[in-house]
Amino acid sequence: MGMTIIEKILTKAGGVPVKPGDLATVKVDVACLFDNNFMASVWRDVLHVEDPSKVVVVIDHRAPAAHVGSAHAHATARTFVEKFGIEHFHDIGYDQGICHVLMAEHGYARPGGVLLCSDSHTCSAGALNCAARGVGSPDMFYAVCKGETWFRVGETIRYELTGQLPHYAFMKDVFFKIAGEYGGHVSQNVEFGGPALGTLPIDARRTMATMGAELSAEFATFEPDDILFDYVKERTNVPFEPQIPDPDADYLDKREINLSEIRPLVALPDSVVNNSANVQDVAGTRLDQCFVGSCANGTFDDLSSVAQVLAGRRVARGTRFIITPGSQSIYRRALKAGIIEILMDAGAVVTNSTCGACGGGHMGIVGAGDTVITASTRNFKGRMGDPTAKIYMGSSATVAASAVEGAIADPTPYLS
Amino acid sequence: MDGLNVRARVWKFPENVNTDQIIPNRAYYLSPEEQLPFIFDAMRPGWVDEMKNGDIIIAERNFGMGSSRPAARNLALLGVGCLVADNINGLFYRNSVNFGLPAIECSGVSDMFEEGQVAEVSFQDFTIRNIDTGESLTGREVPKSLLRILKAGGLYPLLEDEGMIALVE
Repeated sequence: MGMTIIEKILTKAGGVPVKPGDLATVKVDVACLFDNNFMASVWRDVLHVEDPSKVVVVIDHRAPAAHVGSAHAHATARTFVEKFGIEHFHDIGYDQGICHVLMAEHGYARPGGVLLCSDSHTCSAGALNCAARGVGSPDMFYAVCKGETWFRVGETIRYELTGQLPHYAFMKDVFFKIAGEYGGHVSQNVEFGGPALGTLPIDARRTMATMGAELSAEFATFEPDDILFDYVKERTNVPFEPQIPDPDADYLDKREINLSEIRPLVALPDSVVNNSANVQDVAGTRLDQCFVGSCANGTFDDLSSVAQVLAGRRVARGTRFIITPGSQSIYRRALKAGIIEILMDAGAVVTNSTCGACGGGHMGIVGAGDTVITASTRNFKGRMGDPTAKIYMGSSATVAASAVEGAIADPTPYLS
Repeated sequence: MDGLNVRARVWKFPENVNTDQIIPNRAYYLSPEEQLPFIFDAMRPGWVDEMKNGDIIIAERNFGMGSSRPAARNLALLGVGCLVADNINGLFYRNSVNFGLPAIECSGVSDMFEEGQVAEVSFQDFTIRNIDTGESLTGREVPKSLLRILKAGGLYPLLEDEGMIALVE
């Protein structure tokens, strides 16, 4: 029987053929540490780094520092970088950004590779045909010191994408469809491919792969294609070995998703799994805050769709709209394209790149009783601040339309 | 592997218990010990004082969904003897093993227990027994290499022994 993409990547990285149920021990190509690893309650003093060229250090969760605790963590990170001569360091400044965005942007995530980071949304690099998994801090220390890690090999669900997204629907809506219809994917891998792939830019694929964490999937991986190869080759000269699934790969299930049928959806508060609704079902719900950002929705394409909705309009009085680009590089690109001006003229507040409001860390923490719609990763009770806040989730365009109306709104009339 | 076996009182938890319920954001920057009173403070206020060292958590599906924060470490520090769930979120399971919190997945286990009953968990044959009713189920095998990590108390003691990370003073 043939292998799925993940089975092939883990087989190559471990040197031993794997099948579901196995425990794979594999070499790690990229180990990314970020500011939370350096927090006083988490950090352990590292004495040996197996290969400093495979380590990336990013300051993103609270950047610039939100309080003394994060300032201390950032300082610990800088000391570590200095001590071991880590070249790939993204401090506050020009190359600042959310680690998963930087993995793609800087060519750290390469097709067929194994990528580890102790942020749950590391699966984001699955869009680039990587075996990328969010792990824990001990895993990171182990990978940094010894260059390897372990994975339990799960069964794979294949999502065959067909058709083409209508202009008013986005990959976020596709995610809501999958999460609403099929629920959690605990212990399973999800694999995306199919004829619609050619219509999906890397940004859109990253949104979906990032949200794999919310499905509780072990890995979320896309098939590679020329769009991906062009993207990666623009960013790195390091050779890579993409992996495609065998024609007789053994899937737990194969599910077709026709993108042409996707309509704007939202996740209702407290969970994104088994909790989807049509945007019309909740349209008119009054909003205190709107947010677009995070590793899932801080992409250039997200900012661009928000600008399309906001152009010539104003954010409703009584509603706050906070927008956080996924990296400073995306911020600069949007600035040069005139997008930032449109957002600010509409009354949105554009912050520097950071995880920010998504994790309730800083720059947009929500208050008691707030009703919020967000295009980010997660809407657990208390995720973005006070546990009494109600957090809806939508595509960036849905969030933008909702900001204009001050209430949850269908973006369709705003998009041409 | 006798050290991992447990026999203790059961506390029942629902499906999809998430990491933010174990370490809320407002506790994140405190020391690990200071974080402990926040465990389940929104969903089960007072539980941290009621539970006793070595007690067992029995949960429904997808225990520990959410972030990579060291929630398993905090349950281990609090004194939870073992986690058994119908299934466990993959990231949480890694953290359980790597922080030395004994954990087993066992489909159907949540239906076999009422809160307050006594469970016996074996890490030799991965059976979970209800001492009160006599019922038992066999859970998913924990691979030998992961048992080795669990028995060592997680990855940190192993890395310390190899001189890879410094000992905590």
